[in-house]
Formats: sequence, C-alpha cells, structure tokens
Amino acid sequence: MPKLTKILSLAMAAIVAVTMVTTPAAAEKKESFKLAWSIYVGWMPWGWASDQGIVKKWADKYDIEIEVVQFNDYIESINQYTVGAFDGVTATNMDTLAIPSVGGVDTTALIVGDFSNGNDAIILKDKSELTDIEGQTVNLVELSVSHYLLARALESIGKSEKDVSVVNTSDADLVGAYQTDDVTAVVTWNPLVAEIAAMPGANKVFDSSDIPGEIIDLTVVNTEVLEANPDFGKALVGAWYETMAIMASDTPEGAAARAAMGEASGTDLAGYDMQLASTQMFYDPAAAVEFAKSDGLTDTMEAVRTFLFDHGLMGDGAPSADIVGIEFSDGTILGDENNVKFRFDYEFMAGAVAAE
Amino acid sequence: MRQRLINRRPERRVGVFLAALPFVLLLIAYSLGSDARLAENPSDKLLPSFSSIGDAIERMAFTENKRTGEILLWVDTSASLIRFVSGLLIATLVGGFFGIITGLLPYMRASLGTFFSVLSVIPPLAILPILFIVLGLGETSKIALIVLGIAPFIIRDMILRVEEIPSELMVKAQTLGASTWQIAWRVVVPQMLPRLIDALRLSLGAAWLFLIAAEAIASQSGLGYRIFLMRRYLSMDVILPYVAWITFLAFFIDWCLLKLQQKAFPWFAASRSG
Repeated sequence: MPKLTKILSLAMAAIVAVTMVTTPAAAEKKESFKLAWSIYVGWMPWGWASDQGIVKKWADKYDIEIEVVQFNDYIESINQYTVGAFDGVTATNMDTLAIPSVGGVDTTALIVGDFSNGNDAIILKDKSELTDIEGQTVNLVELSVSHYLLARALESIGKSEKDVSVVNTSDADLVGAYQTDDVTAVVTWNPLVAEIAAMPGANKVFDSSDIPGEIIDLTVVNTEVLEANPDFGKALVGAWYETMAIMASDTPEGAAARAAMGEASGTDLAGYDMQLASTQMFYDPAAAVEFAKSDGLTDTMEAVRTFLFDHGLMGDGAPSADIVGIEFSDGTILGDENNVKFRFDYEFMAGAVAAE
Repeated sequence: MRQRLINRRPERRVGVFLAALPFVLLLIAYSLGSDARLAENPSDKLLPSFSSIGDAIERMAFTENKRTGEILLWVDTSASLIRFVSGLLIATLVGGFFGIITGLLPYMRASLGTFFSVLSVIPPLAILPILFIVLGLGETSKIALIVLGIAPFIIRDMILRVEEIPSELMVKAQTLGASTWQIAWRVVVPQMLPRLIDALRLSLGAAWLFLIAAEAIASQSGLGYRIFLMRRYLSMDVILPYVAWITFLAFFIDWCLLKLQQKAFPWFAASRSG
C-alpha cells in the first residue's frame, strides 16, 4: 500500500517537527537572549529601559543581543520561561521556587529588584480588625502571593486557612467582584489594592509591610545559560542599575521616566509614585547585595517553601519541602544539596557596585 | 470499470483501523516529545510521562484529598455538570419558546427578530462585570453566562427552522380549520422538537467554553476551576487528564442527545437519512 506508507512517513515527519519544537535548547555559548517581563510596579523599568535603548546599549557593549518581551499574563511569562522559551523572566521569590525550580529548571536570582512593603493587602468590607476575618469567605487568586499573605496573616493571629473559606477569583475581576454583596473579604495586590481600598466600607487590615522582605520581586535567569554566558548577566545588571539611577534621581529626567512607567502600567506619575511608596525598591545595588546576603532571606524562603509544600506545590509525592535545594549567596543550602534549583547570587549585582 | 473514490467504502476492520490511526499518531507524537524533554530535564512539567499522568489520575480520581477528605475529580465533575445541565435546560426552554413564537408570529418577529440578532452577536464575556453585580458571584451568574452564551444562537436557529416549515403544511392545517394555537401546538412544536436537539448539540462546544470561563473567574470547585488553578503551576499531569475527561463528557452528552433524538423522534432520523 504505497499510499499508506506515504501518509505514515508524512505523519512521522510532523511528529519529528513537533518534537524538535518542544525540546528546550541546551545551554551553550550563544549570542541572542530573551527576557520576559510583565506589568508590575517593580518590573516596569524593564519596559522603559528597553524602549529607551538602554538594554540595547548594554547588550552592544558585550556584543550580544537581548530581546525584552512584555507579557500581559504574569503566570504565562513564568511558564514560558520554565519550558525553555526564554532565558530570563521577572518573578517573585515564591513563584520562582514553585514553578521553574520545582519544574527542574535551575534558576538564579540575578537581580533583587524590590520587596513588597504594602503593595499586597487584605481588605475587609465593613470590618476593621484582622480577627474579623474568621469564618468569612475570602476572594483571592489562589496559590498566588495573595494566598501566601493570607496564610501568614492567619498565622499571626493563631488561626489557619481552615478558619476561612477561600474562593479563587481572577485578578481581572476582583474590583468588580468587591462591589457585589456576597464578597466581604479580598486579598490582592496593587494597583487593585488602591482601587478597592478607595471604595466605601473598605478597610486594609493586613498588608505586606507587616511581613517586610518576604514577597520579593526578582529578575531571574536560567543558571546554565548564565554560567555559559556571564555577559548576559552583566548586560542585564548594567542596564538595570543605569535605569534605577535615572528613576531614583530627583530630576525632571527621573520624573519623566517614572511618568512613562506609570503610563505604561495604566496610571500616571502620581499613581505610580504611590505604588512605589509601598514598594521597597533597591535603587542602589549595594542595598540589594546587602539584602541578598542577609540572614532574613533564609527564614523567608523557609516560610515560603513550607507554604508551598502545605499546598502540594513542591511536586507530587514530595516527602518534604527539602526536595528542592535553595542556595544562598554565602553557599549555605536549604533542602536537598544534590538538587539545587534556586540560587541567590549577588555577584553580578556586586559587579555593578564596583562599577560605580 | 474501476469504482469511483466516492463509492469506495472501507471494510469494517479497516474502518476501525483508520478511526484509531490519528489517535495513535497523536499519542506517538506526544510520547516522543515527552521523552525528548524529560531526557533534558527529568522534572519537566510541560509534557509529563504517561506514568506521572497515571499517578495524577490516581491522586485526583481515586484518592481522598488530604486537606478536604474529598475525591477532587468527582467534586469538580458534579459541580460542573450541575451548572452545565442547568444552563443547557434553561437555554433550551428559553430558546425553544422564543424561537418558535418569534418564527411563527409576524408581530413577534417584527419586534423581537432584530433584537435577538443583535443579542446573539454580543460577546457575553465582555459584559461579565455587569453580570456579576446583578447576579452575584455564585452559581447563578455561572449558569446565566451559559444561558446568555447559547440561548440567542438557539433562538435564531429555531426562527430559521420555523420559517423552513413547508407552506403547504401550514395552508393545509388552516384549510382544515386549525387555529393559530392549534397550528403552533400540533404542527410547529412537534416539527421543532427534534430540531431543537440539533441546535442544542451544535451549542455544546460553546456551552463548555462558557462554563469553563465562568469557573475560571470565581469558584471553589469545578473542572474549569481546577484546570486554571493547576495551570498556575504548569501541572500538565493533572490538566491533560482533565481535558481528556471533559472531552469524554462532551462526547457522551452529545451521544445521549443523539440517542434521545432517535428514540423520541424516529420519523425525523428517517427523513434525514432519506
């Protein structure tokens, strides 16, 4: 049956094509790189730096190419990084551990950009104390940093998630949802916090400034790619801190940069400055290095991995949260030292300090 | 003389083989892709191996959840099916009623015909916030989304089908002295019922889409809820069996509707194959 053979061989060709597409590229010396970022107060600098040609300037300096791609969907950007379509991505410490690291992709926190210092909050309707949350239905994006914030808040008053009932609600619909009668408690992040807190009866009862330094916004890169191509890391760090210096400066130029970032995130200079006020930005690489070296980071990652393990996010059948190793910049390892998949490395940021 | 291609039919066994072939090829493609990715990274989550999918099925469908003590797949399936079937029933009743009276009565058509045409092209997902604020975040708004999504289509289809009734039939009924009511009840409704099932079968895909969208927005259980939650952590080992399960349920419901149509309206099936 010649026809059948032909059909079969065509099908095999298609299969091979599919397989080729879905195989991640092995780490090697290369010249072009892709960074994914999504809209969030602490990551807006990437979009601006890319528009202003700052990323290109630094990439040219090291004779490489860096493509900066904006995602409208944060989780999708991390998933795309995890499956190997990007060399770097912007993510929180918690999502980095839970998605790429648990997914077996060795990931390095190249830049510690900021930590949330009030940007994430629990808001109750017509109630003013955190203890009033007991027995309520809480709308939030399940398994996100909001969920983590809720778990930490409940812990702080000696309660647990059993004392509330969680409803998974898409972040795009939280503001609308808050206006319905059956929604009485929400946990979310800025700019939604600001929007909801301005509504009648809304009271912020707990926010991330109550657990400072635990929700960290990072720019992470694939460790193998970074090791084979340190220039990629140097170029990113260089572009980032050049942008930070402009952003932090109290000049018309700095205000213009912040206004552009605010506009790109759907607000204006005043709105963006307000979000920055509840974000502890590390404008100065020395401050970021100090934070990356601090002991508090180990405690934070311990709390984060316990939360993830309790929610079944450290992998199926994982006997304990130790299954994935997290290496800190002093070389200590939390978890399995033969399976280190998440590394805090301040050397590239320290390079930026030295360059100043 | 050689038989024409359009008249050549496969024997039974060849037919079974040909039907299975695309599925087998898909599985082979999947396992090749999965093996290639797992060789690079044993913890890869995008294309999990068949054994880890098996573990996930065991965990979701046959083991009580540690935190809730429930079997998640059944909790999700029953929550989704209740929403789905309620939505379908309401949409069928609404669609059948308005479709038939609008198709039959010129005055109704003059006032509602254009309205339904406009209604059917409004994307319901775009007006979700209004739906929430009017109906709340609970079950009502999820069922309403399914109804809003498919009822306009059913109405328009019914209007067209009523218009297709041969005029001879209508004239004959009138010369026999039937009133509007009698024509509606004795001629039009019996003609429309099997066609309503057709319209419903064609709406099933859209109805699933709206159900899953509704569950993604705010819920505590459901097939769509689980898929969107698991997607957050790229747990394809859970998502793929859920997708297969949804596909099976959709196929099964479609098959049930077809059987219902054949059993209840054998004359309709006979006229169609004619």
